[in-house]
Order: sequence, then structure tokens, then C-alpha cells
Amino acid sequence: MGACSVTLETLPRFPEGKELLTCLQCGVCSGTCPYGDVMEYPPRRMIAMMRAGLQEKVYTSDSLLACVACYACQVKCPRGIRLTEALLPLMKEQALTHLPELPGELQKALQSTLRYGNPMGEPSRKRAAWVKTAGVPIRILAEDPRPADVLWFVECYTSFYPRGQDNSRATARLFHRLGIDFAILGNEEKCAGECGRLTWEPGLFETLMDYNMAIFQKYRFDRVVTSCPHAHNAFKNRYPALGFNWGLEHTTPFLAQHLDRLKPLLTRKLNYTVTYHDSCCLGRQNEFYEPPRRLLKAIPGLKTVEMVHNRGNSICCGGGGGGMWLDTYFKAKGYERLSERRVKEAVATGADVLAVSCPYEVSRFEDALKVVGYDKRIVVRDVTELLAEAMEE
Amino acid sequence: MTGSICVFAEQWRGSISEATYEALALGREVADALGVQLTAILTGSNARELAQTLGAADLVVYVDHPLLAETLPQPTAEALAQVLQDRRPRAFIVPLTNVSLGVGTLLALRLGTAGINFCKDVRIAGGRLQAVCVMYGGKIEATVEAAGEPVVLGLWPGARPAEKGRSSRSPVVEEATVSLRDSPVLLRRYVEAEAGDVDLTKQDVLVAVGRGIQSKDNLGLAEDLAKSLGGAVAGSRPVIDQGWLPLSRQVGKSGLSVKPKLYVALGISGAPEHVEGMKDSALIVAVNSDPRAPIFNVAHYGIVADVLETIPVLTAAIEAKRAVARHA
Amino acid sequence: MRILVLMKMAPDVVEELEIAPGGTALDLDYVRMILSESDDHALEQALLLKERHGATVTALALDAPEVDDALFTALAKGADRAVKIAGLDAGFPTSQAARAMSQAIAQVPGLSPADLILTGVQAIDDLDGLIAPMVAHALDLPYLGIVTRLSLDASGRTALATKEYPGGVRGEFEVKLPAVLGIQAAEKPPRYVPVAKVRAAMKTQKIDSAPASLPADGGCAAAQVVEMKRNEPAGHAEMLDGDPESVSDKLCGILTGHGLL
Ligand SMILES: Cc1cc2nc3c(=O)[nH]c(=O)nc-3n(C[C@H](O)[C@H](O)[C@H](O)COP(=O)(O)OP(=O)(O)OC[C@H]3O[C@@H](n4cnc5c(N)ncnc54)[C@H](O)[C@@H]3O)c2cc1C
Ligand code: SF4
Ligand code: SF4
Repeated sequence: MGACSVTLETLPRFPEGKELLTCLQCGVCSGTCPYGDVMEYPPRRMIAMMRAGLQEKVYTSDSLLACVACYACQVKCPRGIRLTEALLPLMKEQALTHLPELPGELQKALQSTLRYGNPMGEPSRKRAAWVKTAGVPIRILAEDPRPADVLWFVECYTSFYPRGQDNSRATARLFHRLGIDFAILGNEEKCAGECGRLTWEPGLFETLMDYNMAIFQKYRFDRVVTSCPHAHNAFKNRYPALGFNWGLEHTTPFLAQHLDRLKPLLTRKLNYTVTYHDSCCLGRQNEFYEPPRRLLKAIPGLKTVEMVHNRGNSICCGGGGGGMWLDTYFKAKGYERLSERRVKEAVATGADVLAVSCPYEVSRFEDALKVVGYDKRIVVRDVTELLAEAMEE
Repeated sequence: MTGSICVFAEQWRGSISEATYEALALGREVADALGVQLTAILTGSNARELAQTLGAADLVVYVDHPLLAETLPQPTAEALAQVLQDRRPRAFIVPLTNVSLGVGTLLALRLGTAGINFCKDVRIAGGRLQAVCVMYGGKIEATVEAAGEPVVLGLWPGARPAEKGRSSRSPVVEEATVSLRDSPVLLRRYVEAEAGDVDLTKQDVLVAVGRGIQSKDNLGLAEDLAKSLGGAVAGSRPVIDQGWLPLSRQVGKSGLSVKPKLYVALGISGAPEHVEGMKDSALIVAVNSDPRAPIFNVAHYGIVADVLETIPVLTAAIEAKRAVARHA
Repeated sequence: MRILVLMKMAPDVVEELEIAPGGTALDLDYVRMILSESDDHALEQALLLKERHGATVTALALDAPEVDDALFTALAKGADRAVKIAGLDAGFPTSQAARAMSQAIAQVPGLSPADLILTGVQAIDDLDGLIAPMVAHALDLPYLGIVTRLSLDASGRTALATKEYPGGVRGEFEVKLPAVLGIQAAEKPPRYVPVAKVRAAMKTQKIDSAPASLPADGGCAAAQVVEMKRNEPAGHAEMLDGDPESVSDKLCGILTGHGLL
């Protein structure tokens, strides 16, 4: 059960817990944390309190709820403490059982993910419904189980959310034109569960991991390519313990590998000025900073500009670690919505397109633009959507 | 009463419910089609005068007993069973409301007959009564026949307009006596609705506004419309974010999930996060100036128009309709 | 204080529903079952009473697909015992469910006498009546439905139950115990239980199984479905065209037709 058997008492005995002891108390983590100033106990304080035996106080405060798993503290920590990846989730897990009541929106998302395999509570049997609208053939393994090179793990937002489906349709067209031998799991796919883990629900995460691994093992393929950086994270860091040993790519860097063959297909000029937002999981966690930029620059006519905070300093959209399902909770606490901070920066570049490669971001940024009243000034597009648009039929 | 179509006249706090008149309207149609009497049973304590409002029925049986002052399910079902024991109607219709919930089930058991719940209509096929039922949260419509009669039908509100069940005629009123044992369930008191903020999840009608309402000053239009429909005002998140409405009025993924009988979406685009919270509403009407707004994919009825122009006209039309109904 | 919670699985309407060949019932091989929403509230209310008054809570359910998940979840949330009644044919009507439950309450050791029997006010498939009044009738116990708040007096012999009425009015009722109450909503939304706890319950706790014992004739006259069809969502609104006045008139007509005016 791994992480599950770690308890309040046993935490310091685990490798993640031991990391507590190496902390210098330099406070760099608290300083970089986008919510450091609103947390009752920012990361450094939490660590000090854990060491002083004040666990109970940490677990019952709502500081851990404010962590949006942005990896900002982890990449800056001089001791290399795996704050976002290991330590904070373990502590959050405790918070889940110590909180008197779970915010309703989060509870609903967790329950829906367990039951329907997606946090929106959409019917699991309609997960592949978008396929009919793709305009290119998409093989579903349950119907045609021949081996494939690429198992494309589509994920939830990209299956159900209308703007996420735009991303999926674009990806399907790109794969098709590149002649990639790909297939999807269709209705058999369930959320990879990364947010489950980072949302303090290890049991949910393990249930989803067991489920998806069993489905993977039914079929033959060489690698998994996923549209969701969160799923990528889970497959990279957590699934290997259960025997995940296939190749792994996120769609954006995967497409960048095929740039030589893709470039000649990009014949339509797009006279856009584009600013690219580095998502936390692809950027800070995996340092995929250049592949999306290379792809964008391959589009004829397209100009790129950078926001003040880019690459490793990118500002989180606020959707990770459960932030996606704590909107009202944060609002009631008076926290600033990080997506609003981010789109203001994007608008300041004068770009007409804010490009992203994480499916959460389309929903968060399009909404933030409405809230700050900039929805007529800039549009949000996934990199794959732009590539597909530049590809004439 | 034997062989008739019979309606349970539901009284609560001194008046007959709207749902009763709706049931009478449907009952009248069915009775006329079958060429039988429409009867009604009214239970109460010193409530005989209410029988005069049930003129749509040919005969009203009034049952008086101190225990029947409130519609306590068990004493009420027992009283009805005693009245119906040896003059059995073909069908007995009970409104499915909070007041009478449980009465139909208990009565069917007591009479040893079939109960059919969730009816929205009654048909006659080859001389037999068929109920059209809405099941599974509105996903399925079933046509149901009882193995025998009388059949006890639980009727959803809204089967027929209530005004069709009102009549200025004076019905024949008969009294019946029953003997009831003490009730182990007794009403202590009623607690009036608390002033202060409304609970959106309990409203039958919601008028929801989005960014299309444009400014806080226009909110009054939505409030007037809500008032005319007997509902409350809700909002999409940007409206709540601006502080035009409190957080308790937010519908959607991070707000409340609501299932009112009527949801009017005014100037709401229909973002998935909003739709998640209202898609199960029984009837959705959307007004939006953009004919391609996604809200029209979930709405049952759509109007492409400027909300600021439409709302006042609609409110006036509803007020006028209500005024007519009141005088009828 | 002993509290029994009656739980029934109902079709999950988030997933698509299919009609079985023959056109008179749901395709039970296809539908997914989920704990009826108000039964989940009944369980929560029982657990709240347990926390306040130190009761024992037993969850009693009829065998159906996914019922074990619901019962283990109840145990993980704090129920003391879970009992499953096996042997009913799939697609049983509510009247049969109520009879099987009433029989089990009388016959399965440890279930009676119960001080309080809670169940959901109504399920979406209660075509032939509601469980709570049926069980109350069978066991000759007091019944009240649409309960949204519940407290017990010091003696544990009376409950004060709040029932909801139109327009936000609430009625406070005194109910002599034992009684059967139909819960509309618990005082708090049903609690979240971490999945790990449910998994642990599956390993360390058990569900008692009891056979259903029903009268051979199946009981009283039943309702018979002669046709079932899906209410297909249109996919797009019916558009009302015209000037504001004529559109308003059309809409008023529609609202009247739905009993809303
Ligand atoms: C994590 C997260 C959680 C969220 N949770 C929620 C939630 O719980 N609830 C929620 O509602 N949203 C939620 N959102 C926000 C959601 O994404 C949308 O931004 C929001 O629902 C849009 O609100 P709106 O429809 O009022 O505004 P818009 O999308 O801007 O739509 C306004 C509409 O009004 C129309 N219009 C403009 N003028 C007129 C006029 N004069 N007459 C008629 N029509 C007019 C326009 O055509 C447009 O369709 C959430 C977003 C995120 C990222
Ligand atoms: S991961 Fe991000 S939000 Fe969480 S503590 Fe670190 S810096 Fe703060
Ligand atoms: S940055 Fe690292 S070393 Fe410094 S206080 Fe934070 S956890 Fe400790």
C-alpha cells in the first residue's frame, strides 16, 4: 500500500519524513510559494512545526489545502527536499482525515473520480463519445486489440470538456497526418489519478492505478503518450512501482520529436502573436521548456513573446493539487485566483493568443479572462490546436 | 363513489393545495371519458367549509376527526380506507406533495390494492386505466397498468393547470365518520421560513443571471421576474465574483447543484462549470443574444434576444396571466 | 439505542439507461446501480445520531450489483454492522424490497428490536410505493417522511423530527419510538470517507448475509409496466422566435402547460 501505511506517528521514519530533518529553515520555499503569504503556516513553518511535534496543528490548519502543487518550492529548495512530490502530499493525506469537513466541491470531484473515472461526474460510458467528431479514424483497443506503437491516454478534460475535445481532435488529426500507429482505450480509460494523490486521497489514487494498470496489461503497445501533464507525472513517478515500464511521452514534446516531418505539413500562415504558458508539471517538474516553443516557432507567420514569468518561474494557474476543486473555498478565504494573476501578465505582453499544453489551463484561463474583463483581448489555445490549424487539409 | 374517479383533497393550514385542483382537473377528464362520477374526499378537523371549493367534483365526502387536522400519513390513510372500504372507486388520486407523501402507499396497502407512483398523466386504453409515469429522475417514461382496481395513483404536480380544476359550482357534500386510534406521531408546531438568505437547492423556480445582465443595477429586473414566478435569483460565477450576489447564490461546479422545476438562464453562456450545477433541472429556459451560446444545448426552450429587453416584457406577461388566474 | 438503516440500490442515472428487449423494463445487465441518494442521507443521519447519543448503527441492504461497495462504505464511515439480504430476483419492485426487509428485521438475529429505522424518503425507482411506509405498515410502527432534522429526547423513547413543507415552512413532530422515518436530507451532507478506509474495511470487516424469505404468492397486486421509453434529451433547445411580446406569450403558454403558472 506504500504511502497509505504512513501515519502521523510513523511519518518521520519514512524517507520522505526523514527529509524533514535536513531542512535548513532558510525560508526559500515560503518565499516562492504563490500562496505563501496567505497560508497560516507556509512550508518552512510547517516543517519547523512537524519537527517540534506539532503535527496535529499542521494537519488541522487549512494551510495544506492552499498548496496547489506547483513545484515552485521544490525546485528552489537548496537541500533538494522533494516538497511537492513527496512531503506535502504525505502531510495533506493526514489533513484529509483530520479536517472536520471536506469542501463540498472537492468531495464531489473525488467521489465522481472514484465512481465514473472522471472528476466532472460525466458518464464513464461516454468517455469516447468525442471520437465520432474527430474527423479522422481513431482506433479503440477494446474494438480492435491489435498491437499499436502509441497508446494515446487521452485523459478527462480532453475527453469531456468541450474545449478539451478541441485539443483531442487536433491531436488526432496531427497523429493521423504524421502516420503514427496509435490507439486509445476509449471507455475503458479512467483518470490516471495524479490529482487524487496530490489532493490527499492516496486510496483513490491507488484504486485508479490498479485499474489502469490492469487495462494496460490487456493490450500490446510500445509507449504511452498522454495529453495531460498530470497523467504524465503519475505514469512517470508513481506507476513504475506497479510495473509500468512502457515508453512515456506527453503529446507536446512527443510532437516536437516529429518536428522534421511535421514542419512541411504546417503550410497555413497564422499571423498570431503568441505567448506560451509553462505548466508546472511539464515545466518545473520535467523541464520541457523548449519543445512547445520549437513547435510554435515552426508555424509560419507566428510570432512568440514571453511573459515576465516564464519557464522555471512560470506562475501556476492554480488548478493543481486540488485547486481545480477548491475555487469557492479559496474565494471564501479571500485568496487571489492565480489564473487571474497569470492572464493579466499574458495580456500585458500584447499577444493575441495565450498558448498552453495542459488541458486544465484552457478552462481556467478562459474563465479568468472573463472575470478580469479581457476576454475580447486574447484567446487561449492549446499548442496542438494551433498546429492543427496551421495544417491545411 | 363506487366506480368513480376519486381525488384526495389535500388541505394544509386552512386551504386546499394547488396540486389538488390539478388532480381534480385530470380526474374530471378521466371521469368524463369513462362516463363515471368524479368524487373527492376531504379530511380535516372543522374544515367542512373547504368542501365548497371542490366544485369540480360531483360529490365530496368530508371526514371530520381531531386527528385529521393535519395530514398525518397513518391516520389519514386509515380514515380514507374506512371510507372507501365498501364503496370502492376505480382510481384514487393522491397528489405527490410534501403534505401527503406516504398517504398513497399506506392506503394501497390498507386496501390490499395496487399503488402506482410518479404519475404525470392517466389514459384509458380498452376501458382500462393506464398511468403514464416519470421515473428515474425524468430519464424514463413508463406506461403502467394496475393488475386490479381500485388503483391508488400518486400524481406529480403539474399534470394539468390548476385553474381547470376550480369551479364555482357547489358540490354535493356528504359527511362520513371514522374511528381512529391514537397517533404516535403528532405535530408540535410549525416553524416559519427563516428570513435571511434562501436555500437555492430548495427552490422550485430559479432565475439565474450571468454576465449578460451587464450591471448590478439590472439585477432588479431578474428579481421581479423571480418574484412573479415565485422563485429566487441565482447567478453564474462571474456575477458572484463581482459581488452582485452572495456566494450562496452560485450555481455550478464550485457552487450549488440545483434541480428546480424551472431554471431560467439569463445571459449565461453555458460554460461546462455552470452546466454541471443545473443540467438536471426539469425545465430549462435560456435567453441569450448569441444564437450559438452553448446554453442552448442544454436548455429545453431558447430565446435569442437582449435580456434587458426581454425580462420586463416577460415579467409583465406572467403577472397578467397570474392576475387572470386569480380572478377565475 | 439501536438504529437500523435500510438501503436500496437504484439505477445510476448519470450513466445511460437502456431498455431491455421487450420494452417494459430497464436492461439490468447494462445499468449501473448506486446507493439511492436519500438512503445515503439516512445513513449519515444515523451516524450523526450515533455520535450524539452513542447508538449502534446497522446497515441493511438488498443484494444488488455494487451493493457490497455501498455496505463497506457504510462500515468505513462508522456503521457497526452490515447485513445483506440475498436471493431476490433482479429488478424486484419496491413492495417486494419492503417485504424482504420487514421479514429480515423480524427474523435476522440482532436486528430487532430497533429503536429507530431510517431510510431514504423515496428512490427514483419507487414505482409501486415507498419503502418507509411499507415497512412501517408491515411492522406496525409509526411513520413520518421528508424528515430533515432529528433529535432524541433523554429517555430515548421519543424523537423530535422536522419535516419540510412548501415555502420553507417546517413542521416539528413528536414521534414515539420505535418508528420508521423517511429521511430527505441529513443535517449535514453525507461525509467523505477516504478510499483507503473503505479498502481497509473490505479486508478487516465482513458483511452478514441473510436469505430473503418471501411469501410464495409474492404479496399483493402489483403494478405492471406495459411500455417503457427513454426521454431523449433533445440536444438543442426549441427556439421561440418573434418580438418580445409574442415570445413572452409563447413562454407563458409553455410554463402554464408545465403547471408553473
Ligand atoms: C475551477 C473553476 C470553477 C468554476 N466554477 C463555476 C461555477 O460553480 N459556476 C459558474 O457559473 N461558473 C464557474 N466557473 C466559471 C465558468 O468557467 C465561466 O467562466 C462562467 O460560468 C461564465 O459565466 P457567464 O455565462 O455568466 O459569462 P459568459 O461566459 O461571459 O457569458 C455571458 C453570456 O451573456 C450573453 N450576453 C451578453 N449580453 C447579453 C444581452 N444583452 N442579452 C442576452 N445575452 C447577453 C453572451 O452572449 C454570453 O453568452 C468556474 C471556472 C473554473 C475554472
Ligand atoms: S508546491 Fe507550490 S503551492 Fe505548494 S507549497 Fe510549494 S510553492 Fe506552495
Ligand atoms: S527551501 Fe528547503 S531547506 Fe529551505 S526552508 Fe524550505 S524546505 Fe527547508
